[in-house]
Amino acid sequence: MPADLSNDELIGILERMILIREFEERAATLMEQNRIPGAVHLYVGEEAVGVGVCSNLTDSDYITSTHRGHGHLLAKGGDPKRMYAELLGRSDGYCKGKGGSMHVADLDIGMLGANGIVGAGPPIAMGAAFASQYRDDGNVSVVFFGDGASNQGTFHEAANMASLYKLPLILCCENNLYGEFTRQADHQAVKDVADRAGGYNMPGIVVDGMDVMAVREAAGEAIARARRGEGPTLLECKTYRFYDHVGRDFGILKRDEEEVAHWKSRDPIPAFQTILVDQNIITDGDAEALTEKVRARIDEAVEFAEASPEPDPSVLLEDVYTEASA
Amino acid sequence: MSQKNFTKAIVEAVSQEMERDTDVFLAGEDVRVGGVFGTDAGLFEKFGEKRVWDTPITEQGITGLAVGAAAAGLRPVIEIMFMDFMGVCMDQIVNQMAKMKYMFGGKAELPIVLRTHSGAGRSMAAQHSQSLEAWFCHVPGLKVVMPSTPYDAKGLLTTSIRDNNPIIFIENKRLLAVRGEVPDEQYEIPLGVADIKREGTDVTVIATGYLVQDALEVAEELAGKGVSVEVIDPRTLSPLDMDTIIESVQKTSRAVVAQEAVTFCGLGAEIAASIQERAFDYLDAPIKRVGAPFSPVPFSPVLEEAWVPGTAQIRAAIEEIVPVNA
Repeated sequence: MPADLSNDELIGILERMILIREFEERAATLMEQNRIPGAVHLYVGEEAVGVGVCSNLTDSDYITSTHRGHGHLLAKGGDPKRMYAELLGRSDGYCKGKGGSMHVADLDIGMLGANGIVGAGPPIAMGAAFASQYRDDGNVSVVFFGDGASNQGTFHEAANMASLYKLPLILCCENNLYGEFTRQADHQAVKDVADRAGGYNMPGIVVDGMDVMAVREAAGEAIARARRGEGPTLLECKTYRFYDHVGRDFGILKRDEEEVAHWKSRDPIPAFQTILVDQNIITDGDAEALTEKVRARIDEAVEFAEASPEPDPSVLLEDVYTEASA
Repeated sequence: MSQKNFTKAIVEAVSQEMERDTDVFLAGEDVRVGGVFGTDAGLFEKFGEKRVWDTPITEQGITGLAVGAAAAGLRPVIEIMFMDFMGVCMDQIVNQMAKMKYMFGGKAELPIVLRTHSGAGRSMAAQHSQSLEAWFCHVPGLKVVMPSTPYDAKGLLTTSIRDNNPIIFIENKRLLAVRGEVPDEQYEIPLGVADIKREGTDVTVIATGYLVQDALEVAEELAGKGVSVEVIDPRTLSPLDMDTIIESVQKTSRAVVAQEAVTFCGLGAEIAASIQERAFDYLDAPIKRVGAPFSPVPFSPVLEEAWVPGTAQIRAAIEEIVPVNA
């Protein structure tokens, strides 16, 4: 175990991963019950990436996210109540019901938004990193993006600009082996997205994205490097989407059963729990109690969201523009 | 107050606002050498590479830089060298900077000015000559500003940089050499307020960009023939000051809308539709539209001259609807 983490912090990391898992399972059910309008993209299986990376960040560091963004917001410290309220399109949601699952954001904790456009995040995070360098405030930006997004020009443009200006940016690729419904081998010419770092004169690191401590350590080094003013890092986390691109089973992609079983056997949550038990940091009973505590929090959050009023149509034209100026 | 050309007015507006507000920075292609049209002359030398980023040729990167830096609290002024190049970075403009505030329930403010150069007249052919302002007027969340004089250019740009909304600021290439009185000190011209460039009683010409200059020339010429032409420059295309236009048409009972962009689906069509909705009973003649024919901008000087609308088309349109001896 890393010496810099107390037992409470280690348990906190486990709890955060369980929170994301339980949040997503309930979101999937709510979508299947048509209680959530539209679509949700589930982060189940990838929890170690968001939690491992964000465990190195403070509220004043920035992240940008993807269409699969619930886990990133929760990892950054987001509030499940306001998230469910947003997913349900209610007025107490993070975006007052105007954004939904694909646009949850909390600027107060540096979360610059989930994003419905694959590959839109890298230049935006690069811009936030530029602001930190401009103000010399010591903050960093992390852009989460997928293997699919690494084929978009935006990734390459942001990587080039960040490297040129030595911006405090971490390009965190969550390689879950699928770009929507297309296998990685069918959509890109490299196996390791990290290889693309060479084209931009920055370190390219591959890490096991199912191992939260490995992610935390690798991201921690990249973040420390960025804070020292030494520029960006491309960090590729090998992970797996336990469910489909949309919801649990969208029904148009049949994945290899052995492949799915293999990755599920590497589930990051029981893996980390086992480590904590083996090291006598928690007992199995503690872990069960932790899960129960998280489930109660999820119940409460869903209750809050369902009690939240629908937005009044009179707010339709609010928030398009601001009256404010410098 | 002294005589300055449009280019100098632009440089002065940016320079003085950068002096006043250290959150303002400039980024764009070839800004180190003053920009290909000289609209950034001297800024790199004056403010240095931290505040004037001479970027790679990377339009998605530049626009994303602006979105992220603005979300993180800076006030980017970015330059997309030719308006045609905005096709390269439409996602960051249309899906990101325009919508972020609304999608996030009002929390994000993006004080961005995207400056760009539009228009034909230099034999630069189909990819370096377009007037695409209508594209951006069609997107809620953006403001679109298009001055026609050096005085308006400086005042509107100063206001735009201070405004907390994303703004597309269009600098027409043929206007860059036009000279006029421009105060040396800073001043603001409010956005969304049209300017009556010449008062008249027989017909209202609502013109934008270089066609304001053309309309004024025609108005002067027709005054000698006993036709009194009122010329209105909306100056801000979104939000559009229809009140001033309607008031004028109620007085003159005739209207011509004139733009350099292709006529079909242009801003002129929107203005004409709004006039007939709000002032139908005042109209004594059909509203005429002046604009470019429906083809890409041609290269050959002969063909380009045939393409660009100007004084001849404005005069012909007026003569079609203003009775002889009016």
